[in-house]
Amino acid sequence: MQKYSIFNLVKNAFSNHQNWDLAWKDPEPKDEYDVVIIGGGGHGLATAYYLAKEHNITKVAIIEKGWIGGGNVGRNTTIIRSNYMHDENGLFSEFGMDLWRKMSQDLNYNVMFSPRGIINLAHSDAQMNAYARRGNSMRLNGIDAVLLNREQVKEIIPMADFSENVRFPIFGGLMQPSAGTARHDAVAWGYARQADDMGVDIIQNCEVIGFDVSAGKINGIRTSRGNIKAKKVGLCVAGSTNILAEKLNMTLPIETHLLQACVSEPVKPVLDSVVTFGAGHFYISQSDKGEMVMGGDLDGYNSYAQRGNLPTLQHVLTEGIAMMPFLSKLKMLRTWGGIMDMSMDGSPIIDKTHIDGLYLNCGWCYGGFKATPASGWTFAHTIAQDRVHKLNAGYSLNRFNTGHLIDEKGLGTKTWIS
Amino acid sequence: MLYINCPHCGMRPQIEFSYGGDASVKRPELNKEISDQEWDDFVYNRKSLRGKHLELWQHISGCRQWIKVERDTATHEIFNTFKADEEVA
Repeated sequence: MQKYSIFNLVKNAFSNHQNWDLAWKDPEPKDEYDVVIIGGGGHGLATAYYLAKEHNITKVAIIEKGWIGGGNVGRNTTIIRSNYMHDENGLFSEFGMDLWRKMSQDLNYNVMFSPRGIINLAHSDAQMNAYARRGNSMRLNGIDAVLLNREQVKEIIPMADFSENVRFPIFGGLMQPSAGTARHDAVAWGYARQADDMGVDIIQNCEVIGFDVSAGKINGIRTSRGNIKAKKVGLCVAGSTNILAEKLNMTLPIETHLLQACVSEPVKPVLDSVVTFGAGHFYISQSDKGEMVMGGDLDGYNSYAQRGNLPTLQHVLTEGIAMMPFLSKLKMLRTWGGIMDMSMDGSPIIDKTHIDGLYLNCGWCYGGFKATPASGWTFAHTIAQDRVHKLNAGYSLNRFNTGHLIDEKGLGTKTWIS
Repeated sequence: MLYINCPHCGMRPQIEFSYGGDASVKRPELNKEISDQEWDDFVYNRKSLRGKHLELWQHISGCRQWIKVERDTATHEIFNTFKADEEVA
């Protein structure tokens, strides 16, 4: 594989960049693999990469219905953070933060990781207390957290509404300085390129239509491009989890919902951190191109549509304008939607299943992007060793049966309001 | 914007309603022994169908009645609406 470097860039300039190798191949599916990963999104690609890199398992195929990176890894708002209170979420995400910091070098692909910090705004004394508690929990887990007062927040985001007579005055905020953003497409492409180089077959335009299970053991999958035998199969399909679970006669603690995001027209640099509104659900950052990247609530009813309705978008942007009034002057450039695998406690599932050789990775709600490296790493471990790693031990499927829920927001099973 | 035909009030915009989830989920009968699995299925496990989906909505900014809506989760098309106590085949 050609290394991406300044020297190769100069060298290829002489041939007008016509002779670069393809970043990944387009192979025909083989008859048999050691491991088949269903879903060529960020998590699936990362899983294949870590299977090859950490566990030396390279007879691996990624089966993708559409094209790699066309689902939620290409539709998110690129936020990376580990500002969780619960140990399971905090330690897992902080492990991921470490992988994010090294990712561009590790993958020889510039994922433009930008640790610009995230600020969760507080709008009441009670919320400041809750943030202090969460910040302390984070610091106990080795995650950086800083409680900011109103003046400190004002220094960082002077464009927010700091007037006295607003409905939700800014009391302060909780900041994780090491959080940030990354170029989402580059993450998918970087993992794909390296996985392909280590021998993983990336098979696109290939839909899974069934599973070959006998005597409680997986033997392979049936796809639109023929049957594929596999010793182990990993499900990494986010919003399509319920559809594939139905083919396996499994009913999961997952509901599929729609989340919208949008970007404004590009403007000059105005916001150099990620900010979330504390009195509703709205988050914003500015991309390197200058667009304001925004998102918020789910549309609020089960959906597989990958496109949203305007009332939710209007509601979310009303919150944004309450927080940063200048946003009302911007034109909207694009809006889009993705389908989320909302779990019943808001935390993911990375686990074995009752079917031997079948592994499950789902329930990312709308926090899947930041988890990409840690999810891939732990899922690869779970598949390769046939046992969970301590980092994903809490993300078990049977926690809904045993009562060991990880309900970060304390919202319970109403997935559509979370 | 979805438009939902409330069986009590007629056609109203979606913003008058709030969602209540899968209407096919049945609470286990309390007068018999209930297994953990039955509770799991009631509290947590959902089919989350792609396609025709029977769900609960409440006409929160209207008559405040709970209703059932038969809606396509892939196209958002609404086929039919029912009163909450109507049996839907």
